[in-house]
Amino acid sequence: MADAVLSSDPPARRIITRPNAVRRFFQRKSTIAFLMALPLIILIFGLVIYPAFYAVYLSTLRKSMTSVAWMRNCAWLPDVICTYLPFGNMQFLFTRETFWKVVYQSCLFAITAVIFKALLGFILAHFVHNIPAKGQRKWRGMLLIPWVIPPAMSTLAWLWLFDPSYSAFNYVLTGAGFDRIPWTGDANWARFAVILVNIWVGAPFFMIMYLAALKSVPDQLYEAAAIDGANWWQRIWYVTLPMMRNIIAITALFSTIVTFANFDIVRVLTAGGPLDQTHLFATWAFKLGIEGGDIPLGASVSLFMVPILAVAAIFILRDINQRGNEA
Amino acid sequence: MTAATVTSNKGAPSRKTAYGSMSRDRTWALRWSYFFLVIFAAFFLLPPIYMFITSLKTSAEISAATNPWWVYNPTLANYAELLTKPEYLVFFRNSVVVSTFVVTITMLISIPAAFALSRMRFWGSATLATGVFLTYLVPDTLLFIPLFKMFAVFHEVTGIQLLNRWWVLLVVYPTLTVPFCTWIMIGYFASIPKELDEAAIIDGASWFQTLTRIFIPVALPGIIAATIFAFTVSWAQFLYPLAFTTSVDQLVLPVGIITTLIRGDVFAWGQIMTGALLGALPPLIIYAFLMDYYIAGLTAGATKG
Repeated sequence: MADAVLSSDPPARRIITRPNAVRRFFQRKSTIAFLMALPLIILIFGLVIYPAFYAVYLSTLRKSMTSVAWMRNCAWLPDVICTYLPFGNMQFLFTRETFWKVVYQSCLFAITAVIFKALLGFILAHFVHNIPAKGQRKWRGMLLIPWVIPPAMSTLAWLWLFDPSYSAFNYVLTGAGFDRIPWTGDANWARFAVILVNIWVGAPFFMIMYLAALKSVPDQLYEAAAIDGANWWQRIWYVTLPMMRNIIAITALFSTIVTFANFDIVRVLTAGGPLDQTHLFATWAFKLGIEGGDIPLGASVSLFMVPILAVAAIFILRDINQRGNEA
Repeated sequence: MTAATVTSNKGAPSRKTAYGSMSRDRTWALRWSYFFLVIFAAFFLLPPIYMFITSLKTSAEISAATNPWWVYNPTLANYAELLTKPEYLVFFRNSVVVSTFVVTITMLISIPAAFALSRMRFWGSATLATGVFLTYLVPDTLLFIPLFKMFAVFHEVTGIQLLNRWWVLLVVYPTLTVPFCTWIMIGYFASIPKELDEAAIIDGASWFQTLTRIFIPVALPGIIAATIFAFTVSWAQFLYPLAFTTSVDQLVLPVGIITTLIRGDVFAWGQIMTGALLGALPPLIIYAFLMDYYIAGLTAGATKG
C-alpha cells in the first residue's frame, strides 16, 4: 500500500515537471545558439560536406563506356577483384594522355598566374602607396575594376580582343610590322592568353591586400632603416617584406586555391582547346562529366584538385590561427 | 630602377645623398609612380573600354577592315535591339530575381549564425567556426558534379525536378555566399565590445532583441559589405547555371549571353559586347557607390580572424 503510493508519486511529478524542463531546455543559451546556427549547419552538411563525400563515392562507380578499358587495365588481377575495383576510374585516367596534359597545364597555369599576380600586385601597391593620399582612392578604385566585372563577361571582351581575324591586338601588331599571332589557335599562345587573363582578373585583389598591409607598416621602421643607411632594396627586404609576410602568404594561398580551381576564364576563352591543351581539372571535369555524361569519370577528375587545395587550406588555417594567437 | 624611385620618398634620404635633394627625389618618385600607374590603368581598363567601343558599332563596321580601336559610325542599335529582345530581358530578370533571393537567404542564415558563433558558445561552436572558414575554401568546381547527380537522384526519388529550373540556383548559390558572409560577420560581431550586449541583457533584452537592436545596427558596415559580396558572387556565378540550367527561359545573364548569342561559329560581336557590358553594369554601379564597403569586405576575409 505504502509501496504503491511511493511508486506512483514520482511519475506524477515527472509529468508535471516535464513542460518546465522542455521550456528550460529551449531557453538555455546554448540551445538558442544552436538553433540560430542550425540553418548554417544544415547548409554546410547537406550541400558541401555530403556532396564532397558523394563525389568520392561517385568516382568509384563506372559507366559502361569506360568499363571495357577498366577490364583491360586490371586483366592480370583475379576477376572478382577486377570487376569491383573501386579506383578503376583513376587507373583509367592515368593511361590517358590528355589527363597528364591537364595536370601539366593546371600546375603551369596556377603557379605562373599566382606568381605574376603577386608580383604585379606588390609593385602596384607600392605605386599607389607612393602618390599623395588624396589621389589614392581614385587610383585604387580604377585599378580594382577588373576584379568587379563578372569574369565570364570580361573574358568575352578578351576573347574578342584575341579574335584571330578581326583581332584588335593583331591589328596593332600588323600595323607595327609584326606577324599576326594566333592567340587562341596555337597551344602556347593559348596558354599565354588564359594566364594573361587570369593575371588581369586577379592582380587587383593582390594590390588591395598588399596596399592594406603596406599602410599598416609603421613609418618609424622606415625612418630607423633610413638612419641606418639602408638603401631601397634593403628597406624592402628587411622592413616591408617581413612586416607583410603573413598577408603575402595568406593572399597567395587563397589565390592558389581559386586559380587552381578556375573554370570561367578557360571555359569562355579557349574551352580547353586547341586539342585539349589548355584544359584545367575543372573544365575537363565539366567536359567529361556534364557534357560527356560520364559523371563517375568527371567526379574522378575533379577529385584530383583535392590534394593541392587541402595543402593550401592547411597552411591558410595555420597562418590564421597564428594571427589569432598573436592578437 | 623603378622600384628605387618607389621607396625613395619613404623617409629621409640615405647618408650619401646631399641635403636638400629629398624634395627632388620625391618629385621624381611621384612622376615615375604616375607614369606606371597610367600604364597599368590602361591595361586594366582595356577590356571594358573595348567592350564599350564595340557595342557602339554596326555589324558591317565590325567586319570591315578598318581600325578596330575607333568608332566611325557610332550607333545605339545594339542596345535598342538587345533591350527589346525578350530572351535577353528574361536573362536579366532571372539574374535579378536569383541575386535578390540569394542575398536575402544568405543574410537570414549567416547573421544569426555569426551571432551565435561569436557570442553564444555551444558545444562544438569553435569547431564550427573553423569549419565555416574551411567550407569557404571548397571551390564550386569540386561540387558541381556531385550536386548534379544529387539533383538527378532527388528527381528519381521524389519526382520533383530541380535541374533546368532557375530556382535550383537559390539552393546552390548559398553554398558559395553563406560561409564567407558568416566568417566576416563573426569578425565584425567579435569586434563589438562585450559591455554593449551585457548592458542590453541586464536591461532585460532577449538574445533575439540583443541581435536586432544592438548587433545589427552596430555591425551595419559589415552587413553591407557581406551583402555586396553575396550579390556580386551570385551575379557573376557561371559554373552552376551552366551545369544546372539549359532552357533559354531558365538561364541567368552570364550563361545566357554566352550560350544564346554565340550560335555555332557565328559571333554577333556587337551584341555580345553590349550584353556583356550591360551584364557587368550592376556590380560596377554598386562598386562605384559603395567602394569602401566593397574593399572592406574584400580585405576582411583574410585580415579578420
